[in-house]
Amino acid sequence: MELFTNQVLAGIATGAIYACMALAVVMIYQAIDHLNFAQGEMAMFSTFISWQLMQWGVPYWGAFVITLALSFVGGIAIERILFKPLAKAPILTNVAGFIALFAIINSSAGLIWDFTIKQYPTPFGSSPFLGSQLISTHQAGMIGVTLLLLIGLFFFFQYTRIGLAMRAAASLPESARLVGINTSWMIALGWGMAAAIGSIAGMLIAPVVFLEPNMMGGVLIYGFAAAVLGGLSSPFGAVVGGFLVGIFENLAGTYIPGVGNELKLPIALALIISVLVVKPAGLFGRHIVKRV
Amino acid sequence: MTMLLNVKDLRAYYGQVQALHGLSFSLNEGSLTTLLGANGAGKTTTLRAICNMVRSTGAIEFDGKPLGTRSTENIVRFGIAHVPQGRGTFTNMTVEENLQLGAITRKDNGGIVSDIERMYAHFPVLKQRHTQQAGTLSGGEQQMLAVARALMLRPRLMLLDEPSFGLAPLVVRDLFKILGKINREDKVTILVVEQNAQLALELADQAYVIETGRIVMSGNAKDIANNEEIRKSYLGY
Amino acid sequence: MSAAEEVVAEGHQAVEAVPKRAMTLGTTTSLVVLAALLIVPLFAKNFIIFQLTMLLIYGLAVLALNILTGGSGQFSLGQSAFYAVGAYITAVLMEQFNINYALTLPVAGVICFGFGFLFGQPALRLSGVYLALATFALATAMPQLLKLNFLEHWTGGVQGLVVTKPDAPFGLPMGQDMWLYYFTLVVVLAIYIFSVNLLRSRSGRAFMAIRDNEIAASSMGVNVALYKTLAFGVSAGITGVAGGLSAIAVQFVAPDSYNITLAISLFLGMVVGGVGWLPGSFVGAAFIIFVPNIAEGISKGLSGAVFGVLLFLVIYLVPHGARQVAIVSQQLIGKFKKN
Repeated sequence: MELFTNQVLAGIATGAIYACMALAVVMIYQAIDHLNFAQGEMAMFSTFISWQLMQWGVPYWGAFVITLALSFVGGIAIERILFKPLAKAPILTNVAGFIALFAIINSSAGLIWDFTIKQYPTPFGSSPFLGSQLISTHQAGMIGVTLLLLIGLFFFFQYTRIGLAMRAAASLPESARLVGINTSWMIALGWGMAAAIGSIAGMLIAPVVFLEPNMMGGVLIYGFAAAVLGGLSSPFGAVVGGFLVGIFENLAGTYIPGVGNELKLPIALALIISVLVVKPAGLFGRHIVKRV
Repeated sequence: MTMLLNVKDLRAYYGQVQALHGLSFSLNEGSLTTLLGANGAGKTTTLRAICNMVRSTGAIEFDGKPLGTRSTENIVRFGIAHVPQGRGTFTNMTVEENLQLGAITRKDNGGIVSDIERMYAHFPVLKQRHTQQAGTLSGGEQQMLAVARALMLRPRLMLLDEPSFGLAPLVVRDLFKILGKINREDKVTILVVEQNAQLALELADQAYVIETGRIVMSGNAKDIANNEEIRKSYLGY
Repeated sequence: MSAAEEVVAEGHQAVEAVPKRAMTLGTTTSLVVLAALLIVPLFAKNFIIFQLTMLLIYGLAVLALNILTGGSGQFSLGQSAFYAVGAYITAVLMEQFNINYALTLPVAGVICFGFGFLFGQPALRLSGVYLALATFALATAMPQLLKLNFLEHWTGGVQGLVVTKPDAPFGLPMGQDMWLYYFTLVVVLAIYIFSVNLLRSRSGRAFMAIRDNEIAASSMGVNVALYKTLAFGVSAGITGVAGGLSAIAVQFVAPDSYNITLAISLFLGMVVGGVGWLPGSFVGAAFIIFVPNIAEGISKGLSGAVFGVLLFLVIYLVPHGARQVAIVSQQLIGKFKKN
């Protein structure tokens, strides 16, 4: 029983990483209706920027805020320059665009900062949290930040006019234009916010997985899985999904015989798919009724 | 009387297909005009062309200012509210959020709050359901919501695309009564596209009849309603 | 507004108004391409012949994805898994059971068909991103499954298996590479013709009805579940044959050759070739084989970025892929003929 509890705790700790990433995934899915395969790379690049700032002597929180702002602007710029011209292209062409962006960012980061692993600092320290060896203060801080972000997003979308406009633009673009919403800019704003949230995720994850250009590969897959599991239309679902995926992964690694590190990912995904077969819109997603 | 909307030689295209062949018409400030015609005559396209939602050429002036190639959302900001066919309700948002969206371009928070109350007075059923998801409303209620949402813009011109579509006759009567009231009391100029010619002519003071993208008849709504020949050949009743 | 109207309103008419017939090449073009495919290897070096063989094989795998996505509207990021199974079946049968290489291909095809058909069952409940995730899971799991201990006796585990390259039969005076090229060409042509006819058949129309509107298709009496799983099966079967051919051509199979990168490459090949346009599959295959090399040639350190930029250029110029080029040139030729 103690093993079980410990594994669940450890799962929650890794789950926080996925939850953070899933939140960014859901953000952009809300705005543009696609899963952005390059999101992890964008987060990685942001994290490198903050690292570079710290190398230049900027203190942690200064670098944090500057990175956040740069990522926001960068996200908008990527949308305006690279994806706005593809707005009328088929969905699959857009997906190809995400893959291209992935390749560009990954390879550029490798050239600028090379592929060696770098240490990344944590603002929360890494001593055991409340005496538990399984959750460090950093991981607890990460969970706290994720929840704060979630609450912030909830208020933004529920109670601000711009949040309302973004939701309207995402759900019915034509009607949104008819009430005077500039839907094209709402998409850009969605990219900016997703990039900013992604950068937070990156900066929180980097102390755990270490900083290098491929750091987000696995994390993004789990983030996608978490977002899909929770329901792509629900930021709350994404966070819950993140924790669940973390727990799944740990328990599968502990209790299913023969599951090494390699098979953890496929098994976690298989579990998620089984859930989806029963609940196709995810745990907290809204089921969308299609009109013929 | 001043002219609010002036459309000259409007031509619209869906891809290679031309849907409007040089339409010209004008709306007087404060008038209630109806645009009649059979299926495929170009009624919806005319409204969509005014809001730049289809590719079109020609000159459209609103209150003396040319709309030119402005985007849909910027045209709306001039005070032109468009209730599209199918109502365009944000079905996964609440009734109240739908009304707030109607006023999303306005900055006067106090005015918005009082306007929402005004809409609830016009349409009491919306007040009962203000926290409900708009998608759960009946067809008639959604149409009321669509009109209310358009009014939240405090528009000078309201374009309505087949508001009677899919509604029970009694509901249509109610709705048209309210439209008349809005036109008289709030001084909103209204252009309504309808297939239900009889009802539309009762409501309107001006009427245009279009056929295959051209205006074939225009005049006083009463005259057109009373002219049996026009009624039989163009309006089918 | 109906979907059709929407398409026209967005100004895609040049691409969307294609008759179904235009899913293939015209007769003249087909003959020219076929002649080129037959003659070129006679004058090419072995390495070029090998690359052309790989082009045909990847083209076949992209074509299989095209039948699934372009035909039935289902999306898969898991094609590398079927490709891997096909490759391993061929390799294991050839090396462990001494079966003739040509006979291993139908076995690979049939087993992969069954595998795809079965996988199509749970996939029935999923669509869009959910299906993408499910197939993605399959693609990530496959290399790990191939490494499993109890299979190692046959699969060679992490080391993989070396496959012997076959000689030309009946004492034909040609090298191994050239023989393999012509052998591949025959297999690919046969499957290509089969696929064209499949999409034109009753089943093909059922696929497309499901792609365009699943609910409407089912109300017209199309057995949606059957045809969706069938599309998965056919796609997997063809991919399996492509995998088998690749095992023979590359002379080697190893678990990590069939990872998610392969699945993504095949997907890119489909987009670049034009979704739903079968001949485009081979154009797409050329893109995924040659463009990474070109990118590497331009800049070693930034090859990924150069590849990304080239990919962006292609999708900006022709968002509908090679299909768009074909349609525009067809229209131009049509205009010339009129004048």
